[in-house]
Amino acid sequence: MKSSVIIFPGSNCDRDMDVALKKFGFKNQMIWHNNPTIPKSDLIVLPGGFSYGDYLRCGSIAAKSKIIKSVIEFANSGGLVLGICNGFQILTETGLLPGILQQNIYQKFICKNVHVKVNDKENKYFSSIKKEILELHIAHNEGNYFCSNDELKSLKDNSQIAVTYCDKNGKESEEFNPNGALSNIAGIFNKNKNILGMMPHPERVIDKSLSSNDGNFFFENLIKNLK
Amino acid sequence: MEVNEQIAIDHGLKKEEFAKICDLLNRTPNLTELGIFSAMWNEHCSYKSSRLHLKKLNTKGKKVIQGPGENAGVIDIEDNDAIVFKIESHNHPSFIEPYQGAATGVGGIMRDVFTMGARPIANLNSIHFGSPQHPKTKNLLRGVVKGIGGYGNCMGIPTIGGQTSFDESYNGNILVNAMTLGLVNKNKIFYSKAAGVNKPVIYVGSKTGRDGIHGASMASAIFDDKIEEKKPTVQVGDPFTEKLLLEACLELMAGKSIISIQDMGAAGLTSSSIEMASKGNLGIELNLNKVPCREEKMTPYEIMLSESQERMLIVLENGKEEAAKKIFDKWNLDFAIIGKTTDSKKIELLFDNNKVAEIPINILAENAPIYDRKWKKTKLPQKIKFNKDDFKKLKITEVLKKILCLPNISSKEWIWQQYDHTVMGDTIQKPGSDSGVVRVHGTNKAVATSVDSSAVYCYAHPLTGGKQVVCESWRNLISCGSKPIAITNCLNFGNPEKEKNMGEFVECVEGINEASKFLDYPVVSGNVSFYNETKDKGIKPTPVIGGIGLIKNYQKMMTMGLKNNENLILVIGKTEGHIDKSVFAINILNEKKGPPPEINLFNEKNNGETVLKLIEEELIKSTHDVSLGGIITAISKMAIRGKKGFKLNKLRVLMNKFDYYFGEDQGRYIIEIEPKNLSKVQKILRDNSVHCDEIGIVTEKDIVLDKEPIIHIDDLIKSNTNWLEEYMSK
Repeated sequence: MKSSVIIFPGSNCDRDMDVALKKFGFKNQMIWHNNPTIPKSDLIVLPGGFSYGDYLRCGSIAAKSKIIKSVIEFANSGGLVLGICNGFQILTETGLLPGILQQNIYQKFICKNVHVKVNDKENKYFSSIKKEILELHIAHNEGNYFCSNDELKSLKDNSQIAVTYCDKNGKESEEFNPNGALSNIAGIFNKNKNILGMMPHPERVIDKSLSSNDGNFFFENLIKNLK
Repeated sequence: MEVNEQIAIDHGLKKEEFAKICDLLNRTPNLTELGIFSAMWNEHCSYKSSRLHLKKLNTKGKKVIQGPGENAGVIDIEDNDAIVFKIESHNHPSFIEPYQGAATGVGGIMRDVFTMGARPIANLNSIHFGSPQHPKTKNLLRGVVKGIGGYGNCMGIPTIGGQTSFDESYNGNILVNAMTLGLVNKNKIFYSKAAGVNKPVIYVGSKTGRDGIHGASMASAIFDDKIEEKKPTVQVGDPFTEKLLLEACLELMAGKSIISIQDMGAAGLTSSSIEMASKGNLGIELNLNKVPCREEKMTPYEIMLSESQERMLIVLENGKEEAAKKIFDKWNLDFAIIGKTTDSKKIELLFDNNKVAEIPINILAENAPIYDRKWKKTKLPQKIKFNKDDFKKLKITEVLKKILCLPNISSKEWIWQQYDHTVMGDTIQKPGSDSGVVRVHGTNKAVATSVDSSAVYCYAHPLTGGKQVVCESWRNLISCGSKPIAITNCLNFGNPEKEKNMGEFVECVEGINEASKFLDYPVVSGNVSFYNETKDKGIKPTPVIGGIGLIKNYQKMMTMGLKNNENLILVIGKTEGHIDKSVFAINILNEKKGPPPEINLFNEKNNGETVLKLIEEELIKSTHDVSLGGIITAISKMAIRGKKGFKLNKLRVLMNKFDYYFGEDQGRYIIEIEPKNLSKVQKILRDNSVHCDEIGIVTEKDIVLDKEPIIHIDDLIKSNTNWLEEYMSK
């Protein structure tokens, strides 16, 4: 399976994603933002970081970058696009995903492990995943998801809410919402569920020496579903 | 403008220094030249008060590749890998403008590390604030933490450790020390020494603006009521540009075109160009019209003294300009050939076709003043005779709870949760531990690192305090199973022109040196920050030590959280019950006098090495060093980390239990072992003549102490975590 990680100036989780994808069997290539095209891929990843310094608004400049047109074309033709953290912010800025990511409610950057519940399994990312509640890691200042009531209703009606913050037993409440996100939303799909944006970083939890290894479930499942 | 003595004094130079300049030049300098002298001869750049004493430091060792004198120190961690590391202060700017001051402190130290060809792999910081009740403290803390996070997080370098303290001596002068470690192939290290004549001198990075002019001079002065006016001397950071600069420099370094490279830190273009030329015994000629400027009509004076961030100076091999430019174009960074190396041994500056400065390099560098300042020895304070009857009113558990929520003991999670500590995917021990640990990417090795200081001990007796900080650092590295290799130091002191302050400096350095020699734990880089004084009030002497240790197989790394019920808890090292200057004496008994605990370097080394042996033999389940708050605070912190309880045996030593539990004797560790391994452990300890007390066991959740009421671990967790959170939300 071939994957492409897009590097924008200011991306800083590109290497971590490369390491993770390769560990689980992807043939990954790194694509510089100035490339006019993206080589044939089964998965495109927009990694975390501070693309173009996150100036103006997180992800907004990346959403107008040269390469993003190819990403949008790829997504519109049904290709899998995964955006993690800053990648999620870029996806909302392009309009490929609804809503926005605001500053965390406590107005601080936050870096810690969180639990998320897998809400939908009718998609390439989570179908047949072996664990329903994953311990992943967040590190962001703007992860507070927000959208209009209509958009939220539509997300719910179409089962587009991918993962939600919860406790280790799956209980969702304000207490386990690290950033004030609407309905504890940690990640969402587009309608066709080929695009996934989420704030937690599965690539940082792929080894038992790290703070968790639940990222393994995510990547193992993803490559299995793509084969 | 004609330069005269008054203008020189306004530049922070002394009367005699100005006379010396005129004498050395054989004429009066022009304003640009005077600016250059003031930048090179201030305390921050010239180390004029400290140099004599720093020379005595133990800087050599088998693992040392590069000691002090370069952008950072370098040590060997085997298999051709090396670690480049250094700590640096950004105290003065952070007090004036906490966010930018702290941010550019982090940016500056990272540049020092990647200038040498290393990719930064971890950041740490040691930050010290005034009393929590002081009206400025909260905002300073919030700003500094945001600044450190803002810069490090954007760079994508994990901040894996640190230290925060509060003390009223920092009310008018906070301390912000930032440390970075980078990884480099030991055969691909870059140095700042220029070589060869007529080589192009290249300027890369951000454009030069009017920010930070005289930053280094400001950092060499004491504060008064007018500090707010100094805001414009604080630099403004742009971590995004630095991230690009990092990637571009590492890309250029992969080739073979760089002769020497130096970041533009304190005193900007002035000190970077002079340092390169001075080390290479060369001259340098710069055409200032070629320097990329952010603002219009900048004068040579402003260009030379600007401290705009994210800039580098490179001496390239001839003919490599085009290829190098391509790399910087790719990263959208300025690239300008601004001059060349010469054989004149002078710095020569051209502007609008005129020569605007011409100074022999040796005058600026080697002839900079050195002062043998007067200093006063600090006597060891008398031991306090505590009235043990006073203790009878106290309960151990009550005192413990009080200690755990003291500002200097309580958990600093509120702070380090704002730092990205997991980016790069190799953090295997996070902040809040004895040391932070990162794996050496793609290997079985890991590097442990810690920053430490103990101003209370250093203030009471600088010589002992200096030794103590080095030992504490050594212990923190041992506690996670790493072998300590080398240190970097950031020496934060008051006004060196005062005998008492100078004495504190001299004796702390002596103490550091003594411990560093005995433990074979050399100093390979560092920085001195004097004049931490406002309106005649100086800070307590605060030498900060950053240590690096190596774990050969990271699977054997040790953590501090208690692991399993019924496991035994042992104290390694002898407990004498030294409570003078302890947290217990100062905060509970309100007795602030007395000597700090003694340091026995032989025991320190022997105990540490023996603990490492036990870890190597896989006989230990968890370990933590004993420091502030004594044995019981140490065990409690292990319990809090592991979310476990503990039960302590009735004391078997003839000692007051408060002395035993809260005493701060040095060279001690707490270890947790499985009962079946007790005799093996005891044998190893006996064979190495290491004292140990078996004091209790691990329990599920309860803390049980003799006849005292049982407390639940959740109570201790609450005591320990709530203080900072509540303080900052008020």
